[in-house]
Amino acid sequence: MSAIGASSAPSSSKEPFLRLTAITKSYPGVVALSDFAADVQRSEVIGLVGENGAGKSTLMKILGGVTTPDRGTVEIDGVAHEGLTVAQSMSAGIAFVHQELNLFDNLDVAANVFIGREPRKFGLFNIVDGRKLHAMVQPYLDRLGANFSSSTAVSRLSLAQRQIVEIAKALSLNARLVILDEPTSSLPIAETEKLLKVIAALKADGIAVMFVSHRLNEVVEACDRAIVLRDGRIVGHLEGDTLTHDAMVKLMVGRDLKVAYAAPASARGDAVLSVQKLRTRTFPFAEVSIDLHRGEILGLAGLVGAGRTELAHALFGIDATEGGTVLLDGAPVRFASSAEAVKAGVFLVPEDRKGMGLLLDLAITENITLPNLSAYARGLTISREAERVQAEKSRGDLDIRAPNLAVRTGSLSGGNQQKVVLAKWLAMNPRVIIFDEPTRGIDVGAKSEIYRLMRTLADAGVAVLMISSDMEEVIGVSDRVAVMHQGRISGILPRAQCREENILQLAVGKGMAKRANGAGHTQC
Amino acid sequence: MLNLKKDLGLFVLIIVVGTVVALINPRFLSAVNISNTANLVGLFGMFSIGEAFVIITGGIELSVGSMIALLGVIFVDLIASRGVPWPVASLIILAMGILMGMAHGLLITRKRMQPFVVTLCGLLIYRGVARFYTADATAGFPFGVHFEYLEYLTTGRTDIVGLLTNDAYSSIPIPHSFFFMLIVAAVMWVVLHQTVFGRHLYAVGKNEEAARFSGIRTGRVILAAYAICGVLAAVSSIFLAMYTRSILPSSHGNFYELYAIAAAVLGGFSLRGGEGSIVGVVLGAILLQVLQNLVNLLGIPSSLNFAVSGSVILIGVLADQEYADFRERRERLRRLAAGATGAVPTDEPQAGNGMVAAGARIIDRER
Repeated sequence: MSAIGASSAPSSSKEPFLRLTAITKSYPGVVALSDFAADVQRSEVIGLVGENGAGKSTLMKILGGVTTPDRGTVEIDGVAHEGLTVAQSMSAGIAFVHQELNLFDNLDVAANVFIGREPRKFGLFNIVDGRKLHAMVQPYLDRLGANFSSSTAVSRLSLAQRQIVEIAKALSLNARLVILDEPTSSLPIAETEKLLKVIAALKADGIAVMFVSHRLNEVVEACDRAIVLRDGRIVGHLEGDTLTHDAMVKLMVGRDLKVAYAAPASARGDAVLSVQKLRTRTFPFAEVSIDLHRGEILGLAGLVGAGRTELAHALFGIDATEGGTVLLDGAPVRFASSAEAVKAGVFLVPEDRKGMGLLLDLAITENITLPNLSAYARGLTISREAERVQAEKSRGDLDIRAPNLAVRTGSLSGGNQQKVVLAKWLAMNPRVIIFDEPTRGIDVGAKSEIYRLMRTLADAGVAVLMISSDMEEVIGVSDRVAVMHQGRISGILPRAQCREENILQLAVGKGMAKRANGAGHTQC
Repeated sequence: MLNLKKDLGLFVLIIVVGTVVALINPRFLSAVNISNTANLVGLFGMFSIGEAFVIITGGIELSVGSMIALLGVIFVDLIASRGVPWPVASLIILAMGILMGMAHGLLITRKRMQPFVVTLCGLLIYRGVARFYTADATAGFPFGVHFEYLEYLTTGRTDIVGLLTNDAYSSIPIPHSFFFMLIVAAVMWVVLHQTVFGRHLYAVGKNEEAARFSGIRTGRVILAAYAICGVLAAVSSIFLAMYTRSILPSSHGNFYELYAIAAAVLGGFSLRGGEGSIVGVVLGAILLQVLQNLVNLLGIPSSLNFAVSGSVILIGVLADQEYADFRERRERLRRLAAGATGAVPTDEPQAGNGMVAAGARIIDRER
């Protein structure tokens, strides 16, 4: 099962139309893809699995002709290339369906499929030939077993149906290999079934599919074989009986930790924030119950779209909830706005630092004092001096590196921007701080500093909830890890059990049985 | 946030235009002309400041002119025909202005309607109601009816030098509307540039989402901006009613909202929100009046009035934009030259954002 290299790929009487050999691509400081090799034949469905940073996106960029590999060849129909151009990739019949769909939802299906290539009529007048357009699109929809017509508005389609539109678009471009990038990560189960049927239909038509997914069960179900990547290398080819969920997890994990993490200094205190049967807008039928204790860092892991950010927004009073209660130090609270949460000492460091965390056009000082401006007012007016004193203090405490405090916050590096977001909350009295992907896009040095700050906060008695998709970070930083899956907490792991495979199992929903047996997670 | 450079530039422009006009036609600097222009600056400046508060939030208020017409006819009707004492009538008008502004603000913040749509409807509704209120007739004061104190306050003029020297010397009589506008500007300057609310306004205008994630009640801030705009429109409706003394509801205040928007834009406000200063909008209002004055004094056909204002705004904003682009380019070149060695690679393969970016790029090829 761990045979490496393309030569051991399943033998078939058919020749592969696409062959990748020894593809290597490095970026400054990191080898993104190393000696990647694979053959793609007609009618085969290949799974591509691996964690964030394993090299999947680099491979896709190379196949799409967006990036050229440093070494290696891409062979199309027996002709070797040292990397593709975008045009070559297209004419080779490689098509992408991305997680973020690129459809115009104000147009109908047919218009989307042939956007930019519409059949025309009346010569100079260049009128779109609507009848012909629909006639051209319908066969593709039929082939894919679509239950909607070419004249349906895209805005009325479900996510899975939209993906079918994207696939129809790929077919209309004579695709031979359709690459599905995380197609099911935000689909409900019934919709996923539909998509898997579409994949089968493509296969029956002789089209190859590359299925990139974190949902390992679906990979098992849909794929003929799977390639597992870790840190840019192929760590395994799985097929037939060896293609199992557990085998993939085992291959995906097992990296060495690189960043130093500070260990907890103080014992866990009482529950500060107690969430009971909270239901968010996005997952109105999933209840979340979780306790956050004084002095702990609780990691919140899960796949993208598992409902973690929605939970954070609900707790911070940004989004309304569907039901449930939240206790703060034992007293029920209901934050109708973020202002009320801030007043109660519940803060959020949002995921989108540039769009939500900061006002990039304002100075550092103004960002830091913004949530608590009345504290700097003398009478009716704001005292610039009081603001400056606080900002100077924050700069010292958090080691914010900037030429001066009046510079645009947008001109700072990601790490320093994140420190400004933190400074904003630390200038007040935090009881609970929720970090949503606190180190995304931040360099390693600043990462360690942020981890240290989080630990210092916890040791000072603040309850810290950290949402993170970075496994290494979750395991290294957290005292306990809660894992979410489809809007629910699928399990809570104490520090001793915080291993990558355990978290991954829960994140992909494998811990469901335990949960269904009755509040299996509440004992931690 | 206080854009001194921009304000200074505008000030210089006013001086230059004024000097040119004065050289061609010395009557520009005559006491009567200055006094009259100051009066118009005062009248138009007040509601322009109100509009500026809305524009800071990234919104727009199109119903200012119609509000001025409707509140004007009601004010005249209350004091001239219904015998309501004018201080009471003034308070009623101010309250109505606040309520109208709040109604707009509530529709925009609670019902998530677009400011343009809400206030466009306001423009149509208030104009229609004003015309209906007087049955399309002119609202005015009966012959011989006077409100001495009110008239003194709103349309009077005071020669300050004369007042201080017991008329031994004289200077230009300054209209009270101009004084009043200065008071409004001073108060609003403090509100916008010195208070917590003012800072919140800028924050909401720059990025409403980020402001909300900083615990600001963005809805209330926006609501307050529309209420301020409403009350200042109400104040100017009283001044304008007393200035014109007769109100034809079908045309009174026509295009005033556009005048206010123009003054704000000239004064350095961005219609995207989050930028501008009180000094800027006042200077913008002054420049617009100087331009109108220029048309009269230089013998340009008055039909070209709007065309002149429009051209100057267009050229001014264009020049400002070009200058900003130029500065940014220079800045970028300087930074590149300085940091050529320490360049940070942004094309990191592992970041989640990079994935999306890559996806976008792959899709780009289809165009």
